[in-house]
Amino acid sequence: MKPPPFDYHGPATLGEALDVLAEAGPDGKVLAGGQSLIPLLNMRLAAPGHIVDVNRVPGLDKIEAGPAGVRVGALARHAAVERSPEAAAVLPLLRQALRLVAHPVIRNRGTVVGSLVHADPSAEMPAVLALLGGSVRLASRGGEREAPAAEFFTGPMESALRPGELAVSAFFPALPARSGTAFHEVARRHGDYAVAGVAAAVTLDDDLRVAAARVACVSVGPVPVVVDVTAACGTRPAASAGWEAAAAAVRDRVEPEGDIHATADYRRHLTGVLAARALRDAAAAAHGEEA
Amino acid sequence: MNETRHRVTLTVNGVVREAEVPGRRLLSDCLRHDLGLTGTHVGCEHGVCGACTVLLDGEPVRSCLTLAVTADGHEITTVEGLARGDGEPSPVQRAFTECHALQCGFCTPGFLCTVTAFLRDNPAPSEEEALEAVAGNLCRCTGYQNILKAVHRAAEIQSEEGGA
Repeated sequence: MKPPPFDYHGPATLGEALDVLAEAGPDGKVLAGGQSLIPLLNMRLAAPGHIVDVNRVPGLDKIEAGPAGVRVGALARHAAVERSPEAAAVLPLLRQALRLVAHPVIRNRGTVVGSLVHADPSAEMPAVLALLGGSVRLASRGGEREAPAAEFFTGPMESALRPGELAVSAFFPALPARSGTAFHEVARRHGDYAVAGVAAAVTLDDDLRVAAARVACVSVGPVPVVVDVTAACGTRPAASAGWEAAAAAVRDRVEPEGDIHATADYRRHLTGVLAARALRDAAAAAHGEEA
Repeated sequence: MNETRHRVTLTVNGVVREAEVPGRRLLSDCLRHDLGLTGTHVGCEHGVCGACTVLLDGEPVRSCLTLAVTADGHEITTVEGLARGDGEPSPVQRAFTECHALQCGFCTPGFLCTVTAFLRDNPAPSEEEALEAVAGNLCRCTGYQNILKAVHRAAEIQSEEGGA
């Protein structure tokens, strides 16, 4: 199908974009990669009066990687972040997760920040931001604010973005030394939304025991579900850690819904299996860093 | 209603083309209806099937998920532009013919564009890499076996020609 009519705006500067968004208010929608927005328009599930296409705004496609973390601009395509050796060196999780985002052709166009703003509870990047405790920088004509992940995702396809605001970048904080990450999911077809998925981050102490362990689960709640499983892991050496207790803790926390593809029970079971697998792999990666 | 129309200039298959389109015109429709290039096929119109895949500044994208106005000033390569200047089919096109990698042909333009860009970036793909490369395009006829053969055959042709 085709998009419903809208007023198209193609601002050449950020200021111009924010002016148009301020005037459009709740009737305005930002277009960056369009890989989520245009399907919604084509299927007539959304009909914004104003589309503000930010593809010509300079400077929004930056990917800045440093010891503190990785900041990704609103126009940085999934593929660009996935291929960035600097970003992968600071946060291997970005590449691990991006390889699971749709298909390469979609990743050529879709943006990381767009995926965050779209706030699909089945999507990988919101889970990554939530797991790392990152934030989204929101600009409006009135100024800028930094919205932490824990407050940013407010419901399925709902974020804390207010009318008139543009998400200009997202910040993914780096993990401490001796940390490892992994992302595992089960989808009916590679590239489809996951039936269930788990991102894990494990940090080891000087004696290679688990100092911190966290997971973020997708497709099992209205927003990414972050579970701190450090206590469930105990202070045992990571190499001999049984991840079953941690997996059970994750299973107990998630409240998935059933649908045509999977029952709630199956999703919960799968989340536990994937949590154990992701935690084990994240711990192994943390070891590897040490070696 | 009277929609505002926007003038867009696209370099399509090396030729500068102009069109006047409403903001909501999809790139796929602009190519087909405004520019008469019906080689780009339109399937699902929500990004799942890949039939509409074209190259935007050399990168494969879904033309049904791109607005024509967004592509203003950019370079597009459609299936019509894959053959060489002398009209000789490209290695990917020849491989698809040799391996019988098409039946009804509806999905073929999208596959050809996707595979052309894929082999440019990865001239000697593994079985798994080839599989992932075509996984974003749907084909309801072939079961993909011959398409995968064609990907490898195209890589072979390209390397033979590169070495010759």
